[in-house]
Amino acid sequence: MAGPRVLCDDGMTMSAPSADRWVERPARRAFRSVDDSYVGGVAGGLAAHLGVDAFYVRVFFAVTAFFGFGLIFYAGLWIMLPLDAAPPAESPGLEAATRQGKRPARKRRLKDAGVLVALGAVAVGVAGVVDVLFGGPALFWPALIAVGGVMVLWRQADEAQRERWIDGTGRLDVRRFIVGDGGVAAYARLASGVGLLVVALLIFAAQSGRVGVARDVVLAGALGVVGLLLVLGPWLARLVSDLGEERAARVRSQERADVAAHLHDSVLQTLALIQKNAADPAQVAKLARAQERDLRSWMYGEATTPAGSLAAALKATAAEVEDTHGVPVEVVTVGDLTVGENAVPLLHATREAIVNAAKHSDAAKIDVYAEVHPGDAEVFVRDRGRGFDPDEVAADRLGVRNSIVARMERHGGSAEVRSSPGQGTEVRLRLPINAEQQTGGPV
Amino acid sequence: MRTVVIVDDHAMFRGGVRAELAGRVEVVAEAEDVDTAIDAVLRHEPEVVLLDVHLPGGGGVEVMRRVGGRAPGTRFLALSVSDAAEDVIGTIRGGARGYVTKTITGPELVDAIERVSIGDAVFSPRLAGFVLDAFAGSIEVAQIDEDLDRLTEREREVMRLIARGYAYKEVASELFISVKTVETHVSSVLRKLQLSSRHELTRWANDRRLL
Repeated sequence: MAGPRVLCDDGMTMSAPSADRWVERPARRAFRSVDDSYVGGVAGGLAAHLGVDAFYVRVFFAVTAFFGFGLIFYAGLWIMLPLDAAPPAESPGLEAATRQGKRPARKRRLKDAGVLVALGAVAVGVAGVVDVLFGGPALFWPALIAVGGVMVLWRQADEAQRERWIDGTGRLDVRRFIVGDGGVAAYARLASGVGLLVVALLIFAAQSGRVGVARDVVLAGALGVVGLLLVLGPWLARLVSDLGEERAARVRSQERADVAAHLHDSVLQTLALIQKNAADPAQVAKLARAQERDLRSWMYGEATTPAGSLAAALKATAAEVEDTHGVPVEVVTVGDLTVGENAVPLLHATREAIVNAAKHSDAAKIDVYAEVHPGDAEVFVRDRGRGFDPDEVAADRLGVRNSIVARMERHGGSAEVRSSPGQGTEVRLRLPINAEQQTGGPV
Repeated sequence: MRTVVIVDDHAMFRGGVRAELAGRVEVVAEAEDVDTAIDAVLRHEPEVVLLDVHLPGGGGVEVMRRVGGRAPGTRFLALSVSDAAEDVIGTIRGGARGYVTKTITGPELVDAIERVSIGDAVFSPRLAGFVLDAFAGSIEVAQIDEDLDRLTEREREVMRLIARGYAYKEVASELFISVKTVETHVSSVLRKLQLSSRHELTRWANDRRLL
């Protein structure tokens, strides 16, 4: 290593997120499961929500169904819980690739026989309840058939909703609302559902005709109304929720259109700059890299990286150094934490280490790796550049010692610099953190 | 020279890669969507397929699924501009032996092709990070049905070093083991990533809608 080097770069200030910023964790919601589903996906979804095996939930429903409670509970959840296939806000690039069929479509498991058996079992249960509640075998078969019809129709409501989601064109009209994308299965479900209901009413009328026509007509009418409400209930409930989601999607797409316009504009600017700087490869590479980072984070970035998290802060720092020094900085994080007051020294030290590597190592690329454990966070900054002999760094050269090692030690952490000439440098930073700041990763 | 098929829906990119690889591997065919890719792979049975992740007709995963066991000598190396977790883990679980982004330099790509063709796995720092995330935490020893569901301490160390930007050679000297041993560990992690039904991994994948 020739000549003294200044290892410090303290001229810049860093905008650290203020301590009172915290990441709001969304409330955990229960969904009906699309994949783990025999009847309506209620048991599967509930199992995922509660963290127990779906088998036990199913047994619970099956057993309680015979007391009626389980059935009412199940039907209630079926109506109230949204399907879990509601499109999660993926990044625009991934969404576009999915729409154009460039990524694998979500798998659907076909368990038709299983579905039929399960539907049948629940229908028998409902009929049994009706039998017990109202007495008389006269009601058993009509009730059984009617319940079967209603369930088939509810399933169709689910299918139609799912097809609307997958379609993604956002059209919503009455036909699509009811039959989804159509197809034999949809119409068959509709026809058999309605048919079962009609048959149930007919049998009921025929059987009870012996007792008294007047009462039958009243009962039949009442049953018809109840049946209609039962049938339309889920559709109405979902119409409301779909409209809400459509509104949200519209807002989202407007925001994206704005960002897209901004990005396209910046791409144009960059292309212009590249043409002007065609003679300067370093400058061209730097421009291209900055633009690529912009586009990549917009297209494929984790939509979920919350502002104020360690990962976001590290990426911002890396981007800034890339722009200033023209060296690519790759950031990989495992686990994450909310950056509070006490994590700020870690960010400053990391930044210092990255800047040092960018300015002095001549490395083609800098790797930053952060791992959050319960109790502490570690950051590694690695370059494969020139390296130096740590023992030979003069005591008066305060860069590494003050801004990295001393800073970390002042805040209860530690820093270690490993380097040797020709082998590159790795700075390892460790800082204790409060467990409640941790937002993911190893538990 | 290794035989290679380039699968990508951008002709310009295919041309660029072909030029970059010229003289160092033999590009036997190009393909631009799932159907032509399957055709090309079955007809030429190349040693390595450079497979774009986003591909008309269902994506790169669809190519691997439909080729199935019909080209036993062929290995897939995913090459993508996306480094979203969904794509990376989905592609590996779909059968790819490695995942690199399109910004990879020519020599690095040749190296990755060579590595994949002899049966090794190619892990980028980002992929190693995803693996550590997916296999995070410890589970009760009694709950482990299979070794597939967790990383050994050694594998975890190797993954951490790769995530920190170490090359296999550097990992080897850091841990005082041979490069061959590092490769064995990485291949074993790849296998676990592909085959594990570990609850955390499937849930992690489910959360990200991979399965």
